[in-house]
Order: sequence, then C-alpha cells, then structure tokens
Amino acid sequence: MGRYIAKRLLSLIPVLFGVSVIVFFLVRLIPGSALQMYLGTQVEATPLQMEELKRIFGEDRPVPLLYAQWLGRLFQGDFGYSLRTGRPVLPDILQRFPISLELTILALIIALAIGIPQGILASLGRNPAGDVINRMIGLLGLSLPQFWLAALMVLLFSGFKGWIPMGNYVGFFEHPLRNLQMMLLPSFAIGVGLAAVIMRYTRNSMLEVLQMDYIRTAKAKGLKYRVVILRHALKNAILPVITVAGFNTGYLLGGAIVIEEVFALPGMGRLALYAIYQRDYPVIQGIVLVIAALFVLVNLATDLVYAIVDPRIRLDDAGRSA
Amino acid sequence: MTLKAIGKNSIAVTGIVIIGIYLLTIALSFFWLPFDPVKMDVDHLLEPPSLATGHLFGTDEFGRDILSRIMKGGFVSLVISLSATAMGATIGIAMGTWAGFLGGRWDHWLMRLADVLFSFPSLLLAIFVMAVLGEKTWNVIIAIGIVYIPQFARISRGAILGVKTNDFVRAARSNGASSSFILFRHLLPNIIVPIIVQISLSLSVAILLESSLSFLGLGVQPPAPSWGNMLSSARKVMVIAPWTAVYPGLAIVFLVLGFNLLGDGLRDLLDPRLRNLR
Repeated sequence: MGRYIAKRLLSLIPVLFGVSVIVFFLVRLIPGSALQMYLGTQVEATPLQMEELKRIFGEDRPVPLLYAQWLGRLFQGDFGYSLRTGRPVLPDILQRFPISLELTILALIIALAIGIPQGILASLGRNPAGDVINRMIGLLGLSLPQFWLAALMVLLFSGFKGWIPMGNYVGFFEHPLRNLQMMLLPSFAIGVGLAAVIMRYTRNSMLEVLQMDYIRTAKAKGLKYRVVILRHALKNAILPVITVAGFNTGYLLGGAIVIEEVFALPGMGRLALYAIYQRDYPVIQGIVLVIAALFVLVNLATDLVYAIVDPRIRLDDAGRSA
Repeated sequence: MTLKAIGKNSIAVTGIVIIGIYLLTIALSFFWLPFDPVKMDVDHLLEPPSLATGHLFGTDEFGRDILSRIMKGGFVSLVISLSATAMGATIGIAMGTWAGFLGGRWDHWLMRLADVLFSFPSLLLAIFVMAVLGEKTWNVIIAIGIVYIPQFARISRGAILGVKTNDFVRAARSNGASSSFILFRHLLPNIIVPIIVQISLSLSVAILLESSLSFLGLGVQPPAPSWGNMLSSARKVMVIAPWTAVYPGLAIVFLVLGFNLLGDGLRDLLDPRLRNLR
C-alpha cells in the first residue's frame, strides 16, 4: 500500500508542473502588463523611474527566466505581492481557505444526507411511473443553476432577516451559531446539485447490487428486509457513491465561485474572481495554482481511500503497464 | 437503435419535446417578438407580468420586455452551447482517438496534457480563459470548448482502447487493411455511443457555464440579452421585482433539463448493461 501511495504521489509532480506552466504563461497573455495595471492611468513616471519599475516587474528579462524565478520562489512559500493591496499573496489565500473548506464540508454533508436516502428509496420502488418521476426529479436537481437557486432562496428568506443573517461574514470560532446560519443557504445552494448526482449514483449502484446472488441468498435465508437492504446491499453499493462524492469535493472547493459571490462570502473562489476582475496578476497566478493543486490532491485522496477499501483496485492498477 | 425505440423511452421523449419547444420559440424570435428586446421604455419600468399590458413576463429595470429578452437571449445561449460542444468534441475526439489508436509516446503526452487541463475546476478554467481572451461572445465558446476538450479526449481514448483489441480489428489488420481504414471503418463507429451521450450532457452543462460566466459579467455583455446577464442585472432589483429573476432562471432550468433528459434517455437505450436493469 505504501508503495502504491508513493507512486500515485509521484505521478502528481508532472501534472502540477504542467499546471504551473499553463497558469504562468496564460497570465502573461492577458492584455495589459502588470506594470501598466500597477501604474494605472494617472501616474506619470520619468524615464529613469520607468527603467527601475521595469526592472522590478521583470519586464527586462525573458519570460522563461521569469517563470523559473517564480517557481523557485514558490518553493520558498513566496507567491509574490498583490498589485492592488501590496500584501503578500499566500497569507491572503490561506486566510480564505477555511471559509471555502467549511462551505465544501457543509455542502457535502447536505448532499449526502439528501442524496443517499433518496437514492436507496428510488432503487426499491420498482413501479415504472414512480421510477420515471424519481429520475426526473434527480435530473431537475442537476439542471438548477446554483446561483439562481441561491438568488431565489435569498428572495424567499429576505422576510426572515433574523434567521438568515446577511452582510459581514462572521468566522466560525467567533460566533459558531451565527456563522452556521450564514453558511446554511450557500451550502444548500451548492449541495442540491450534488445531492442529485449522489442520488443517481446510489440508485444505479443499488440496482446493480440488488441483482446479485448473495442478496437473493440473504432474502432466502429469511433475513429481515431492512437488514438485507442496509447491511448486505448498501454496504456494497456505497463505494462508487463515495468516489463520486470525493471527486465532487474537489470541484466544490474551487467551483463555489458564483455562490461565494452571491452571498458575499470571502472564500477562495471570490478571491480568484476579484483578482481576475482587477487584473491582479500575482493573485490570479497564486489562487488558480492553489485551487488546482487542492483539486488534484482531493481527487488523489479519493482514489487512495477507494484503493484502501477495495483491494481489487490496487491489483488492477498494478496489472496495467503504464 | 431505431426511432421507435427512442419513442418508447418516456425520458428521452420528454427531453426531445422540451428541446423542440425551445427550438420553435427561438426560430419564432427571428420573425416575431412581443416587444423590442433592447429598447428602453421609461414609462413601464419594472412592471409585473400582466396580460393587459402585453408584458407576459413583466419588464426589467429599463422597461424592456422580459419575454422578448428571454427569446432573443435563448438564441445566444443555444449557439454558444452548440458551438462550444462542437469545438470540444471535435478537438477532444481527434486527440483521444489519436492517442488511443497510436499509443506509445503520443498517447502519453496527450493524456498528460488532458490531466493538466483536468486539474482545473471547469468554471475556474472558463473564467481564467475569459480573462485571457477578453469578454466577447465568441470567446465564451472558446472558453467552454477548452473545458470540454479533455473530457472528450478521455472518453474517446478509453473507448478506442476498449475496442482496439477486439478480434475483428485484428482480423482486418491481418487482411492488410490500412490504419486509416481500420480507424474510420471499425473503431470510430464503435465508440459513437459514449460520445453521443457525452455530447448531450455537454450541451446542458454549456448552458449552465455560459449563464454562470454571463452572470459574473465575464460572458455575453449587455445590452445584448443572455439568460445569465439578465439574472445578473436582476440581482439589484429582484427584491422589489422577483419576476426579473424568476423567468430567465426558469428558461435556463428547462432547457438544461431537456438536454439532461435526452442524454439520460439515450444512455438507457444505448448502454446494453443498463438496459437489463430496467
């Protein structure tokens, strides 16, 4: 197992390297240089000052060299400084991480709490009409734009101002209850779509398992229906569901951009969005890189959990030549 | 699979009917619209939906008819969705089949490239590409298309690897068939099923991505109507005029639902493993 984990971790290096190349060079393609953004239109600089600024901003050096220097500093934890605020980029990202993490975890809990029971129920009722309706509800959940759902909920709950505090974000450790109240609607808006995905996977996976011989055996033994479903079927059917949930966790971490914007939550997605609005190149580079890295890591973690729980996966992978 | 089989699948039929209604409405918008979708009307700001005024879905903060804007914006959304999917599918399938068919070094590098593109959450990648290209309607197509390339590449590569080792391919090769003959005659027809399903799902996700981009102000730019930018401007007024947010959102939901139903229905029909389950 240790070998397998090490192998998978090593395989991340070229991917992350590729991500850093893409991020760095794409940012260079954004119209307008960092220096122009920094100066704005109001500042007059003497030629001598311009020379000095160009040197500071690296415009006198070739791009590949700048990339190498950037990468070198990344390894020392130096992500550069924001063009707007002048603050170092990495602490700003780290400060926003817990908010995105909390949003992700809550959304995941909501999605699992709705999706798994619904999926089990959908797999048990075998009348065709109910089946079609069930699937349509699931597909409807997939079709709701998160930000629209969020806007409708804000509209709906605007009459209950005390219940759902809007406005300035309050940290969990400052005021846990108020924080959870604030996070409820955003997590729900994100969780609903994922709940639909999880419901569909749970249903399909349960249907497959319920056809197995050991389920028939369990039923024939005279075990209680509830025991057969929960102990024998669900236990085997849940694995693919967990994988899907895991892969979507990475997606939630960075993908909550629109929701953070609607609810004015100062998370990582909103940092990325405003960096792009304001053409704040160092921040764009830093936050996109961090979100991509987290995304890849969460996906890897999901793979590993799967491999630990189900040894067949590991054997499969060893059998492949690549 | 025959048309008759599709006709029996109520999920697919519902999807086709919904998409059909949208296509007809959008076609109609070229000949007739209830009102001018971009003309402002200061006498009728934020009017609620009513039959008497003729504004069936109400008016927005500039007095523009919301139904007309939804019809006009539908064309924009649909064109973006179709073009982005076409772009992603063409490039992705070419990359994936090439990699899967040739194997070796090409396969290795193309798939590493796909891995790198896969490392970005789709909306983040789309936003990032929009920042690089600039906020124009054409660029929305490119941004979403780029998001789709690795998805189609991975699916078609997997499918090619699955059929490549079949006996009929080996037989064709030993009969002296050329590589391109094997590719077009034997391999591509056999990977079409997963690709069709992926296309219909991509169409639905493209509508959502486009509306998210436009909602964030990075997609279709006003005054041109798009469902996303209508919702974006509705944010400021929706508390006093909820209809400005409700109807454009419903327009998105039902079209996306239509594509999802079609995709899901097709998957039932095309995947024999699933067919036995129901």
